Amino acid sequence: MATADKSSLTPADKPLTGSPGPAQREATSGEASPLTSPEPLVKPRVGRAEVPGEAPAEGPRLLLRYSTGERLAHWGVAIAYILVFLSGLALFHPFFFWTSALFGGGPLMRILHPFIGVALAVLFYPYAARLWRDNRMLPRDWAWVRAMFSYINRREAGVPEVEGKYNAGQKLMYWSMIAVIAALLLSGIVLWQPYFAPSFSATARQAAAVVHVISAFIMFVGIGIHVYAAYWTKGSMKAMTRGTVTRAWARMHHPGWYRQVAGKGR
Amino acid sequence: MALQSLDIERRSATSTASPMARKTLEVAKLIDVSRCIGCKACQSACMEWNDLRDDVGVVAGSYTNPPDLTDQSWTLMRFYEEQIEGSLQWLILKDGCLHCADPGCLKACPAPGAIVQYTNGVVDFHQENCIGCGYCISGCPFNIPRMSKRDNKAYKCTLCSDRISVGLEPACVKTCPTQALSFGSKEDMLAQAEHRLTDLRERGFTKAAVYDPQGVGGTHVVFVLPHGDKPEAYGLPKEPRIGPLLAVWRSWVSRSLGVFTMFAVVVAGVFHYMKVGPLEEPKDDPSKRGED
Repeated sequence: MATADKSSLTPADKPLTGSPGPAQREATSGEASPLTSPEPLVKPRVGRAEVPGEAPAEGPRLLLRYSTGERLAHWGVAIAYILVFLSGLALFHPFFFWTSALFGGGPLMRILHPFIGVALAVLFYPYAARLWRDNRMLPRDWAWVRAMFSYINRREAGVPEVEGKYNAGQKLMYWSMIAVIAALLLSGIVLWQPYFAPSFSATARQAAAVVHVISAFIMFVGIGIHVYAAYWTKGSMKAMTRGTVTRAWARMHHPGWYRQVAGKGR
Repeated sequence: MALQSLDIERRSATSTASPMARKTLEVAKLIDVSRCIGCKACQSACMEWNDLRDDVGVVAGSYTNPPDLTDQSWTLMRFYEEQIEGSLQWLILKDGCLHCADPGCLKACPAPGAIVQYTNGVVDFHQENCIGCGYCISGCPFNIPRMSKRDNKAYKCTLCSDRISVGLEPACVKTCPTQALSFGSKEDMLAQAEHRLTDLRERGFTKAAVYDPQGVGGTHVVFVLPHGDKPEAYGLPKEPRIGPLLAVWRSWVSRSLGVFTMFAVVVAGVFHYMKVGPLEEPKDDPSKRGED
């Protein structure tokens, strides 16, 4: 999965072996000469470029971050989310009832909404199951969480290096989605007319509705942050569209993951 | 299903004022349980006037038939055998919508105009706007609305809104042979109820009471209960009210706050980008610089 597959990359990405060009110098000299670094925004961190044998620089220029299957699953979930959110919005507040028109009117929206929700869960959980190992919270992640405010203000000083494929913010997003989608699915079943709702008491259905609304709200905020973070962190969108990131992107955002995968593409 | 159009007190899932230019007299139906003989004429009259035909069911060991309210049975005589103060009492209750002044169904409804409350107090379902979510059923403290399996719309007693809008009494009231049912202004009905209470107390029903629960703001179907201290014996909740869950879930404040916060999240993203700027991708290959 994490192995950079040469065949998926453009032919122009020929290995840099044997021609120690600027990119290779950058990999090794960042710490030594920060003033001449070509990327003023990237402040060098101890250990980041210390790769034995300069192995990373020898791989392909682009690194595979998400396989085609993962990307398809991600966008499947994304489409389901947009549809389920738009239809649910109509039920949430009369201000948004017009969104039901996008689903063929109120009754049809009410019929479709739960099915789209189930489709989301069905697409999400197998996809999430492939990612859970990379999302385990490590001790350093909690330090990252504490430094999150610095991170979102682009002050890299004091933000710990990211060890794995994801930073702590991404991991918390992952686990919150695991929890929130489960809550939405279970509470949604209690509310599902005409199949399941009649077998639950009025109180249970009211409680489920409250859980459903609050979870949906958390999910909206979470997905909002997720989408914005991907847009804000330049180079991330390509990871989920074309599947690849640049070496510099990987070094900057996920140095630990970079060291794991960069050399394997040869 | 209503013919009344310009005297609407409240409309479901509607943020702005409803057409309420006219103010009509607040009405009520009085059900004196002590006078009811359980003949079910009201049930038949309801079916007749509203063109409803329930499926033929089976006897479940009680006079209550059909066994429950349905989308085709908007009123139902319920029969209870209760041990009260050492003697067996055969209690009969004409069940159906109570037309709350503060209706939980209307509060819960997310479909604009699917449930309306007229200024005369009648709570009416407009099935053409119903989306079939069933929230009215979970919002009702009396467990009254029923979902049709045929069309997935909710149905219940209309208090014959089509009849009373043209000055007629509800069909059940018209047909009642013992005057257990009366219809008129709420004020008159409460006065009449007090009269009946005096009567009942003289006959030894010292705990007789009027059932006009204030937890839902009072109702437009009012009962005189001989055993008024035990409404549960008649299948009526002792203190019906709109629960805190429904209040939180459907309150205008919490939902608007939710919408506002969602907008705020979007605005925060724009502001953050403006203030902090993007986390630029470092350039990888100098020969490619400027292309990205």
